[in-house]
Parts: sequence; C-alpha cells; structure tokens
Amino acid sequence: MSRMFSMTDVTVCYDNVEAVRNVSLSVDEGQIVTVIGPNGAGKTTLLMAAIGLLASRGSMVFRGSDIRKMSVEDRVEHRLCLVPEKRELFSDMSVADNLLLGSYSLRDRSGVQKTLDEVYDRFPRLRERQRQAAGTLSGGERQMLALGRALMAKPALLMLDEPSLGLAPLIVREIFRTIASLRDLGVSILLVEQNARAALETADYGYVLETGEIVQSGPAKDLIHDPRLITAYLGGH
Amino acid sequence: MTSDIAAILAIDGIATGAVYALVAIGTVLIFTVTRVIFIPFGDIAAFTALTLAALDAKRFPGTGALVVVLACLATLIEIISLIRNGDIRLLPRALLFYLAIPLAVVGIAWLAMRTDPPLAVRLVLALMLITPIAPLLDRIVFRPIADGTVLLLLTVSVALHFALVGLGLLFFGPEGVRTEPLTSFSTEFAGVLISGQTMLIVIAALVFSGLLYLFFDFTLVGKSLRATAVNRTGSRLMGIRPARAGTIAYLLGSLMAGVSGILIAPVNTVFYDSGFLIGLKAFVGAIVGGMTSYPGAAIGAVGVGILESFASFQSSALKDVIVFSLLIPILIWRSLASLHSEEEIEE
Repeated sequence: MSRMFSMTDVTVCYDNVEAVRNVSLSVDEGQIVTVIGPNGAGKTTLLMAAIGLLASRGSMVFRGSDIRKMSVEDRVEHRLCLVPEKRELFSDMSVADNLLLGSYSLRDRSGVQKTLDEVYDRFPRLRERQRQAAGTLSGGERQMLALGRALMAKPALLMLDEPSLGLAPLIVREIFRTIASLRDLGVSILLVEQNARAALETADYGYVLETGEIVQSGPAKDLIHDPRLITAYLGGH
Repeated sequence: MTSDIAAILAIDGIATGAVYALVAIGTVLIFTVTRVIFIPFGDIAAFTALTLAALDAKRFPGTGALVVVLACLATLIEIISLIRNGDIRLLPRALLFYLAIPLAVVGIAWLAMRTDPPLAVRLVLALMLITPIAPLLDRIVFRPIADGTVLLLLTVSVALHFALVGLGLLFFGPEGVRTEPLTSFSTEFAGVLISGQTMLIVIAALVFSGLLYLFFDFTLVGKSLRATAVNRTGSRLMGIRPARAGTIAYLLGSLMAGVSGILIAPVNTVFYDSGFLIGLKAFVGAIVGGMTSYPGAAIGAVGVGILESFASFQSSALKDVIVFSLLIPILIWRSLASLHSEEEIEE
C-alpha cells in the first residue's frame, strides 16, 4: 500500500497560541484513518491546515507532492477534499447545482454525468430532492449532500470533519455505512470524529489527539479495546 | 399634473430607471462575489459615454491610455506578488491576462479607428475599451486587501472613485458630451410619444438582465459565481478561486455599466464626473434588493428612476435630495425586515 498523505511535525497557531503541536500522521492508499479526541483538542484545526484554510508549520506531502505552500484550490485540483464540520453547502442553490459545483475542479468534464448518477444511486434521497434548495434539507440530507458533493470531485483523499455531528442515531449509522463503503471506490479517508466508537469501528487506523498533540495511535481494532480509551472516550468503565 | 404628463414622466422614469438597473445589477453582482461596494461603477458608465463620443468625433479616446497605464500597473503588481509567493510558473499567464490582452484591445481599437468604422463597430470598440478597466482596478486596488472588512473595502472604493474622477479629467478633459441617438424611430402609445431611444434603453436592460439570468442558471461558471456569493469558504473547497470569480464579476459588471453608459449618452450630457450620481442612484436601487437580490435591485432602480422623473417635474432643484432621502426609510425597512444569516452572526 503506498502512502497517500502524510503530515510531519505540523504546528498550527491562532495568533500566538499553538492549537496543534508537532502532529505527525499518515494515510495510506485505500485506508480509513480516524483522529479522535475531546472537544477543543484541535481536530478541526488539523483538517483546516491540511486543506490550506489555516497556515501551518511542518511538512505536508500528498501523493508525493509537497502541498504546504499550495492554495486551497490547488489542493482540491490535486483531489484532496474536505467535508467541513459546517458542511458549507450553497444553501440558496438546488441540490443538483450543489452536486454539479462539486465537480468544478475537474478538467475532464466527460465523466461528470456518470459520477452524478453514481452519487444519486448512492444517495437516492438526493435524487428525489434534486430541485430543492439545499437550505431546506434536513440535517441528515445535508450531510448526504455534503458527502455527495465531495465525491463529485473524485477525491483521492477525502477528509471528513465530524460527519455525525447533530444527526439522529439512525442517520449516523447510515452515514458511517456510506463512509465504509467509500473504501471500495478506492477513496482514502481521514475521518475526524467525536463519536469515537463509530469512528474506530469504521477505521483501519486511529490517532488520539488531546490538547493539540497526538497522545496515542495504533490499529483501530486495538484502540477500541484499549482500557484508557474505553474509559475516556468509549463510554465504558 | 394631468394624466398625459404623468404618463410622459413615468415613461421617462422607466427609461432612466432601466439605465440605473443595469448599473445596480452590476453593483450587486460585484458586491455578492467580492464584498466590494464598487462606487466607481457610475464612472465606468460615464467613461463609456465619453469614449463613444471621442470615437464618434474620430478621436482616439483617453480610455486607451488609461487602460495601458492600468495594465502596466496591474502586471507589475502581479509579477511582484508571484515572485513573493514563489509562483514564477504562473508568469506567462499573468503577462497574457494583465498585459497582452488589455494592450491587444487598445491596439485593435487604435487600428479600427483608422478605418472610420460605422456606429455598430464604434459601440463594440467603446465596450471593448471600457471592460478591462474594472478588472484591472480590482487587481491593483482590491485584490491586495481582499480579506479586509466590508467597511475597509467601501472606504477604498470611495477613494478609488475620486482617483478615477481625477483620471477622467486628465484623460477626457472637462467638456461634456452627448452622442447622437442610436435610433430616430419613435411611436405613439395611448396618446403618448415614445422615442426609439427610450424603447432601446428598456429593451437593452431587459435583454442584458435576461442574459445574466441565463448565465447564472445554465452555465458552470455562472453557478460558480453564485456559489462564491452564497458561501465563499464552501466555494473554495470546490476549487473555485474567489479572485477569478471576482475578475469575471468585474468583467460582467463593467459590460453592464458600459451598456448603460452607451444608452444614457444620447439622452444626457455626460461629463468626466457625471458617473457619481449614476452610480449612487443605482446604489439606492441595489439597497432596495438588500444588495443581494438582482430582481430587487432592478425593481428598486426603476423605482428610483420614476421617483427622480416625478421629483424633477415637481422641483428640479430638489430632485436628488428627494431620491436620496428615499434611502432613509428603505434602510430602516431593510434593517427591520432582514433576517441575519448564520454567516453574519458567526462573523
């Protein structure tokens, strides 16, 4: 398995406060990697730096290219995509237009319709609501649209920030099933989640981020049985 | 006031309002995509009228020199920015867009002038010469402060307007111009004489608004502009470059302002500094639409035109006072009626 993405000794500062300190992590091709941790640990900051919305120190390599100095738009063109915590949908625009804009970065437009059909097959609810404004969708549908829109860009690495946030348990299960199924498409995933159990059950490898630093890492199936993590994050005693 | 006079005033007001509507739509377009309230829009319209008048008089317009100066400045700034960011590979593209294309436009206009072109060609030349100005100003003035607050951008926009008025005096001189009517056709409707120029203004406003609607609804680039306006971060995450969207918005907006300048030139005498009032009245119209709605801006602008027409009949000296007084109740109504979006609350 070849290395898809790696960050080494990445530090991100807000003003003079280090929100993320010397973090190193990597994602291999076809792998689902999760970063779990409490609220305020720096998980979102880490993804914002990875996509280029926040400046950072350290090295970031994506598919063999140093991306640290690249703009957000260049990273997206290299097929590094982020579904942010706030979804950032185009609320006044229709579901279909949101999905179409997901493919904006693709130079080769010939496969766009096919990808759109695949997204609609994956999320039939979006097909039913394709003419509806994105702002009128329910929470679960909005998350599906955010995922579908990201898939339209044919990402090599998809970064997901709290995809289960604010969703009903049934929908959460559906979203995680979808995330797991993306592996079959050959999409690598970097998943940031507070719902540690669902994240570790879906992922191959996990990192634990606390107060801006990686404090633990390992195969997800080992972490899920780790006594410290069970006490801290997995609701066990 | 008799009903005949009211009808004449209404038609006159609709025609003036249609011109304001084109500028207002351009103002909304640029504001939503770039957050800049582009005050010099009226100046672009006035410069188009002055350019056309110079072309009519078989003189090469000062716009040519203005575009060359702006192109050189924009290129210089772009090169410095590329060197600073270590993006030298983008140099050929920068030279093409900021230097070669504007200079080619000026060159084509200069060559075309030697052949004594007919009116239709002169109209195209005037629009061609005027459209690069706003995108070049964007590169020189607004791009370096793109992340600034709306208030900062507005302040700079006002300063830019005054700079442009000075440049207008330098490049066009102090004389006012009035171009020949685009048509001598006229017709009578319900006992009221309607000039072809008036009809042309309304038709042009409808056609250009319609084309803009089609562009926004049926093209990927149009949708990307809307996306940038709705959600800047979201659009960046799709790979849509705000700077490029801004340039397209400025190009389209300039075209709208240019068309309105061409339409207004045979009806009003235009001076180098006439743009301010056109821009400001269009701005009042745009405010009616909350600076975000195109139909709202168009309706508001037509309303301003009609009010101005009736106000100038009642009291010519106070017509501008009456029009601008309209801003106060509109702003109160908008601040009471508007729901603050999530994004605004977060900011």
